[in-house]
Amino acid sequence: MIPDFTAPLIDWAALAPLLVVLGAGVVGVLVEAFVPDAVRRATQITLALAALAATVVLIVLRWGLIVGSDGAPGVSDVLVGGTVMVTPFALALQGTIVVLAFLGALVVADRTSSGQDAFAPTAAAVPGTSYEDLARRAGLQQTEVYPLLMFATGGMMLFVATDDLLMMFVALEVLSLPLYVLCATARRRRLLSQEAAAKYFLLGAFASALFIFGVALIYGFAGTVRLIGDEDKPGVIRRVLSGDAPLDGMTVLVVAGILLVLVGLLFKLGAVPFHAWTPDVYAGAPTPITGFMAACTKVAAVGALVKVLYTLVVGLPPEVGEQLRTVVIVVAILTMALGTVVGAVQTDIKRLLAYSSIAHAGFLLVAVAGINLESLRAVLFYMVAYGVATVGAFGVVTLVRERTVVPGRADGADGEDGVVLGEATHLSQWAGLGRRAPWLTAAFALFLLSMAGIPLTAGFVAKFGAFGAAVAGDLWWLAVVGVLASVVAVFFYVRVIVLMMFTPPAEEQLLAGAEARAQEAATGTGDEAEAAEASSGAEPAGGGVATETRTEVARTVVTVVGSRGPAAVAIAVCAVATLVLGVFPGPVLELAGEAIKFVP
Amino acid sequence: MTNPYVPVLVLMAVAAVLALGGVAASAVIGPKRYNRAKLDAYECGIEPTPHATGGGRLPIKYYLVAMTFIVFDIEVVFLYPWAVDFTTLATFGLVAMLGFLALITVPFVYEWRRGGFDWV
Repeated sequence: MIPDFTAPLIDWAALAPLLVVLGAGVVGVLVEAFVPDAVRRATQITLALAALAATVVLIVLRWGLIVGSDGAPGVSDVLVGGTVMVTPFALALQGTIVVLAFLGALVVADRTSSGQDAFAPTAAAVPGTSYEDLARRAGLQQTEVYPLLMFATGGMMLFVATDDLLMMFVALEVLSLPLYVLCATARRRRLLSQEAAAKYFLLGAFASALFIFGVALIYGFAGTVRLIGDEDKPGVIRRVLSGDAPLDGMTVLVVAGILLVLVGLLFKLGAVPFHAWTPDVYAGAPTPITGFMAACTKVAAVGALVKVLYTLVVGLPPEVGEQLRTVVIVVAILTMALGTVVGAVQTDIKRLLAYSSIAHAGFLLVAVAGINLESLRAVLFYMVAYGVATVGAFGVVTLVRERTVVPGRADGADGEDGVVLGEATHLSQWAGLGRRAPWLTAAFALFLLSMAGIPLTAGFVAKFGAFGAAVAGDLWWLAVVGVLASVVAVFFYVRVIVLMMFTPPAEEQLLAGAEARAQEAATGTGDEAEAAEASSGAEPAGGGVATETRTEVARTVVTVVGSRGPAAVAIAVCAVATLVLGVFPGPVLELAGEAIKFVP
Repeated sequence: MTNPYVPVLVLMAVAAVLALGGVAASAVIGPKRYNRAKLDAYECGIEPTPHATGGGRLPIKYYLVAMTFIVFDIEVVFLYPWAVDFTTLATFGLVAMLGFLALITVPFVYEWRRGGFDWV
């Protein structure tokens, strides 16, 4: 029996943003069930984009209410008895997630001029079987992608806006499970995609288990899973401070619990030493999904991390708070170091971006470790800057493809024949991209510059804010480490830019003459040899001979497919946002400043 | 008065002795006449055979049954505690449960419409 049950008041209007997104997911599943094949894809895309756009509007409306006009909160941020808690900070994070999800969904929806989206006709088929060919020829399509996207987005929105550790766990699962499935749906490189999903699922399940174990320990200590709580039901910190916890005196229990919860959150953030899944999953997942996942999941994870950390570090006794802070600092240093150093030697563009995202997790943690209001503002701005650059960069990657060259043609570089294959992800294939697609290359370079933190891009303002927050928190030496790490990171971003803009394309190099080629092959270290190997990588057996006997063996060249619109819009919006936030960061910084008024 | 957990400990010891003792006894004194059917996996899903080279077909029904089971399993998991506290939860509980039942019907409808039950 529940002793005295009173039904919680549910403020439907306040929950509307969350409900619209999750509701769109549910309706999406019904669309899958009842709408005929021919119009299903269009219906799903319309539904998903409309729901996300409506959510942005609802969040803006809510923002006006909750921030208030004269320095006092307009409405209460505690909803459904505290299981949902939409503070201005949480609402700002939700807004960021939804906007980034909208841009990500645009990239997902784009079929490109090759007429195919990035998803397998039937993801359940065993890779390389006749059943897979059959499904492709029958024109099957996996439109379940869109409801899954909606569920993941809804989970992320709840993840950052709850005061209840159990609800946080539920949100963690709601956001994770769709992502595991989405990772396995890539049209090309099916085995790699399924491997990515399996790895992500297994490691993610472990992280979730550790998270919930930590919650159990905290509950055992404090007798509650609420962090802050209210007058009637005090949360963890109030129980600790008032000596009211059932197991008072066993502080080690709550510290162990918090550390386990942090493991679960740092895993989602992709911070060292819980980063191992990131490169494999980012490389194996369909690229539009990678963009969505890299941007939105990171916002959600850092939001939840800030929520847990700031509540507990500020609320618990100082010695416990200091210990937790030390953990964050150590993780931040490790993450920055590994992300930049290992990122510098990557040869695959998706893996390079994955390591870059690990490094960014480190920079974010530098800001978080400051433990002050300045940090929160820095985190908010950093998430926006990093998010648009990431969605945009992966959007560009989806358009740079391999294409088979019909045997007999000498070059085919400008021809439209041949079949468009998967993405050309090897770095050598990106050589000379600037000549093929100057605008796309310029946008990609802009995103990389922003990630590197070059002035006049959003990334510079973001990093400036992050390191400034560390200094404000008396961690100037951590800021110095951060600056050094970003200097190293500049190297690998600039390397890619130089490759795209100032190196001739691989095909030209291949035609440069047999003599030079033989020489290069003999030394085995030249760029050309590497490029030759990479550009024919699609044929396992063809290998190096492909270049010699071009007329007989089909080989592939790099091609840039045109966007059907959505992805181009997303990339353009991301590029403009990166520039505008770099030159006029004022308004967004002001908004971020308003968001931190009533923390946590 | 002894510690109230002592009976629990005793119960655990008895359970361990019974379980392990049963397995040990049958291993020691039971007759061992194996045949193919006896060595097969028991109620554990698909036949543990290697995939045919080049893919081949695999029975999908097991997974469909498993998914259907999950739908109803989750449903019942929440129906039981609700039934126990039905009076206390009153109208709020009833409305919440109806909402939950409606939502959990959605994947069921999806499976039905997408041919999850057409086996022949």
